[in-house]
Amino acid sequence: MRLQLSPETAAFREEMRTFFTTQVPQEIRDTVAARRHLTRDQYVETQRVLNAAGLAVPHWPREWGGRGWTPLQRHIWHEEMQLACVPPPLAFNVSMVGPVIAAFGSQEQKERFLPPTANLDIWWCQGFSEPDAGSDLASLRTSAVRDGGDWVVNGQKTWTTLGQYADWIFCLVRTDPTAEKKQRGISFLLVPMDAPGVTLRPIELIDGGHEVNEVFFEDVRVPAENLVGEENRGWDYAKFLLGNERVGVAPVGYTKRLLAQAKRHAAEVEVDGEPLARDPLLAARIAELENELLALELTALRVVAHSADGKPHPASSVLKLRGTELQQAATELVVDIAGPLAVASGAGEGSEVPEWARVATPSYLNYRKASIYGGSNEVQRTIIAGSILGL
Amino acid sequence: MDFDYDDEQAALREAVSGLLGRAYTGEHRRTVTAAEPGFDEKTWARLAEMGVLGLPFAEDDGGMGAGPVEVAIVAEEIGRVLAPEPFVEVVVLAGGLVAAVGTPAQRGEVLAAIAEGGCVAAVAHAEPGTRWSPSARDVRATRDGDGWRLAGVKEPVVQGARADLLVVSAVLPGGGTGLFLVRPDAEGPARTGYRTHDGGRAARIELTGTPAELLGDDADADRTAAVERAQAEARIAYGHEAVGAMDTALRTTAQYLRTRKQFGVPLARFQSLTFRTADMYVSLELARSTALWATLVQDAGGDVVRAADRARLQTSRAGRHIGHEAIQLHGGIGMTAEYTIGHYTSRLTAIDHLLGDGDFALARLAAVTGGYETVDPLGAPYTGG
Ligand SMILES: Cc1cc2nc3c(=O)[nH]c(=O)nc-3n(C[C@H](O)[C@H](O)[C@H](O)COP(=O)(O)OP(=O)(O)OC[C@H]3O[C@@H](n4cnc5c(N)ncnc54)[C@H](O)[C@@H]3O)c2cc1C
Repeated sequence: MRLQLSPETAAFREEMRTFFTTQVPQEIRDTVAARRHLTRDQYVETQRVLNAAGLAVPHWPREWGGRGWTPLQRHIWHEEMQLACVPPPLAFNVSMVGPVIAAFGSQEQKERFLPPTANLDIWWCQGFSEPDAGSDLASLRTSAVRDGGDWVVNGQKTWTTLGQYADWIFCLVRTDPTAEKKQRGISFLLVPMDAPGVTLRPIELIDGGHEVNEVFFEDVRVPAENLVGEENRGWDYAKFLLGNERVGVAPVGYTKRLLAQAKRHAAEVEVDGEPLARDPLLAARIAELENELLALELTALRVVAHSADGKPHPASSVLKLRGTELQQAATELVVDIAGPLAVASGAGEGSEVPEWARVATPSYLNYRKASIYGGSNEVQRTIIAGSILGL
Repeated sequence: MDFDYDDEQAALREAVSGLLGRAYTGEHRRTVTAAEPGFDEKTWARLAEMGVLGLPFAEDDGGMGAGPVEVAIVAEEIGRVLAPEPFVEVVVLAGGLVAAVGTPAQRGEVLAAIAEGGCVAAVAHAEPGTRWSPSARDVRATRDGDGWRLAGVKEPVVQGARADLLVVSAVLPGGGTGLFLVRPDAEGPARTGYRTHDGGRAARIELTGTPAELLGDDADADRTAAVERAQAEARIAYGHEAVGAMDTALRTTAQYLRTRKQFGVPLARFQSLTFRTADMYVSLELARSTALWATLVQDAGGDVVRAADRARLQTSRAGRHIGHEAIQLHGGIGMTAEYTIGHYTSRLTAIDHLLGDGDFALARLAAVTGGYETVDPLGAPYTGG
């Protein structure tokens, strides 16, 4: 046991920090710091900068751009990126469809898709959830029926994040409705968003933003070669996709940065001529959150430092659960620091209300999503109770 | 002691709930809040016809002479359907200040106009750089012959752009906080309105030597205590609005668990979820008790400021608990603007921050715990006399 990073790892961290703070356009980092929405072009530009430096897909197999890093290096890469306000490479590309194609795709699929996926020349979106298949994903009904050399897709996906920017969607589709176990009749299919019969309808969220969509498929034909891996094995690939990610599950860097910002704002806001930061209740709340976050970060470090046999460390299951809770608590803290200004979300230029206070409440409301998507916190508790505690 | 409504109060509740329930079914609230002024002028006029907008004002001032319990009933019904009509802001806060401080002539004019529905009055008190304080800070009043002029910025002012009349607080020449009536016209003040996250409206109001009429007739009187009291009464009314909103949020969530199926069964089959709705119910009922009690303290002439802080703390905590859980237990659908539940959370968040949040109340309560041995809800300082 030892607390210090090895000299090599410390140097690695310095290298990452320098890169992220000097090579990614300042305007993009400022946009992230101000918690404004990024444009499609800003995501693409960032990912291309990262990819050119070999920093977009370090966890992929080496022949497709991977770096063979240790989990600890990947953790540092991810944390430094968040601390530097660099938008991480698009998760749908680099953490989801990319690794699945790399692990289970054909050689042609790898050659066709992996390089543009790493470079965000193709923007992917995730077509898993359906109106009646949320937590119970395996009950999905969107069907793909074989017709000659094509699959014909019918059905509906929903909650499709940033589908409005996407070139392609990777879907779970039912290819064997007669399978005895519903998990067994599902395949992993790649569909171009501009295929005839694909339509997208925006969903407005409670913060007024548009980041998710419904996607409808009406007799959409895609060639048979767009099916990844084996027919009816899609559930295994989805489990691989959702389960293999141990790094970056807990948004520690993001929350750390938000807490740092919160402290700055609290120092600026005055109550009866005193900075709000001196209010003992607020100070105690911040200290408690920082300590919770410390405990989480240390747990994340224990998980990544423990790389022995490739099996996930059981404690990794607390990362998403606690990580999203703390992220939500930090967004709530910022609203409370904004206080009476927190209602002025729609104020425009010329308002006395600073930008951070205007975005505070919409952002707080928006981050209620974090405990719902990517395996809700109830699903996380089910995993802890079931797989770890044997209950 | 009696916590039940009498027949008249029950009838009032029926009538208001009938009107608002009919007005705000389905998508109507979203349509109304999407357009200016963010509430429905027709519904406002109906509330006036029913006497609701003059409930707490004295009959001599053109009101109904009703008490805080009646106000609480209306606020709760407003919250139940998230009616965007600014009842608490106009009647309780603005009307309350005019009733407390105004001259008989001002009361007769302004309160009667509010009661008739012809005057949306807004309180312009919050300033950038103040935090739920009962005093003005940077907006200053200066004498101009027989009249007054005001200078400085007020923001955010709820319904400030639509308002027919502004009740503005300002620092008096000799110090202390005075209250003034400003009638917006071509001469000013400059008003920039905008939407708030909960579908409401607020504004930045810039006073640049804007003519104003002193509220009341004592130019030297510091009105800080009157503002504090009006804020306390509005906090209590907001507490009831929050209770109404929480009640609906809980019912909607319970109903959703009964109907939404996953894994082949209704979500209500998962005890991990039904227990959480049970906890929401616990929060709701404790908040309801405290809000009701604060209303009765007001009615009894007790320390309304202290009681309001206690109600505030309880409803703030409950509002967050219920607001968070209501979305979470709905899953993705709870995040959408099309479905109602997220709007309840948004409104609860706004109510919480408009006049002081739970921690604000907690800090004030924490400062005085040494001054008494136990909290007696029926004793001093909560019962008057
Ligand atoms: C902003 C946002 C972005 C998203 N992006 C995507 C995307 O890009 N692609 C995609 O495919 N999906 C996406 N999702 C969908 C997300 O994965 C689902 O919302 C999630 O799986 C929950 O499903 P549901 O919304 O249908 O809720 P439900 O499954 O109906 O769940 C409702 C509530 O019940 C709980 N619950 C359900 N079953 C149980 C049980 N057995 N025991 C205890 N509690 C239970 C849930 O945790 C939740 O609290 C997104 C969702 C959101 C909100």
